[in-house]
Amino acid sequence: MSTTWLVVLAVGAATVLIKGAGPVLLGGRALPGRLTTLLRLLAPAVLAALVATQVVVSGSRLVVDERLLALAVAFVALLLRAPVLVVVILAALVTALARLVTSG
Amino acid sequence: MPRSGIRLAIPFAVAVAAFGLAFGALARTMGMTTLMVFVMSALTFAGSAQFAAISVLRDGSAAAAILAAILLNGRYLPMGIASASAIRGPWWRRLLLAQLVVDESWAIGHRGDGTFDPRRLLGAGALLYAAWVVSTVVGSIAGAFLGDPHTLGLDGAFPALFLALMWTQIHDRRGALAAALGAAIAIVTTPFAPPGVPIIAATLACLIGLVR
Repeated sequence: MSTTWLVVLAVGAATVLIKGAGPVLLGGRALPGRLTTLLRLLAPAVLAALVATQVVVSGSRLVVDERLLALAVAFVALLLRAPVLVVVILAALVTALARLVTSG
Repeated sequence: MPRSGIRLAIPFAVAVAAFGLAFGALARTMGMTTLMVFVMSALTFAGSAQFAAISVLRDGSAAAAILAAILLNGRYLPMGIASASAIRGPWWRRLLLAQLVVDESWAIGHRGDGTFDPRRLLGAGALLYAAWVVSTVVGSIAGAFLGDPHTLGLDGAFPALFLALMWTQIHDRRGALAAALGAAIAIVTTPFAPPGVPIIAATLACLIGLVR
């Protein structure tokens, strides 16, 4: 089995269990409020870490390149309430163009 | 028929489908087959976790990719518990219907007083599920016609996508602080830790939830 299939199936199985745990096992009962706060802060923390590593990391090194420019453009587009698909295509376009200019 | 939930979810379904197209296309350029994309979307039905898994896998280990996705889905544990009273029937039915709880359907089903409307929750969830699975598969088929990911600047599209997803997950100042701290931890640990590990280290940022 390829590594990608392993990831696909493991992530799928884990998510089914995480989503199902409440309704199947704990119906009606509640988690302590503090724990709920912590679990809900996981998403912004991890997503921000993904933004950071995807934009300035290459292997184990920190690098500044076209991707940072693309992120700045995406940030402005989001502030202007642009739809997600527009934001993503814009970021790819800026990266590709900046790469073309700097390499040529 | 849970028609009100479906109607309320239509604008969200359009946004979800846009993410789905982007996910399918990017996943394809990273070597995932359309079957892999279909199986992953059908089982996971969580955009941010799916994006995280494939992007961490690009230069990190499988274990780091799986762990990053699980951590991103950690929020579904309290959300599932909160909406549990709206999901009834034998255990296998509850397990199946619980899969329809995602950020958007949870918000639509929430009555605002801590209880949930089952018809809205599940109607919205069903439409969003269909939108996600279909759009990711379509995106992956379209992705086969894209050229070299580096020339197309697709590596610059990933951070933009995560930024857009982060945007939807920050609801207050504490969320913004957790995000800033998470990014800082990831950057500081990058030169020392193996790829993928900085993402996991960043989860320590959620401890600011303990601070009043």
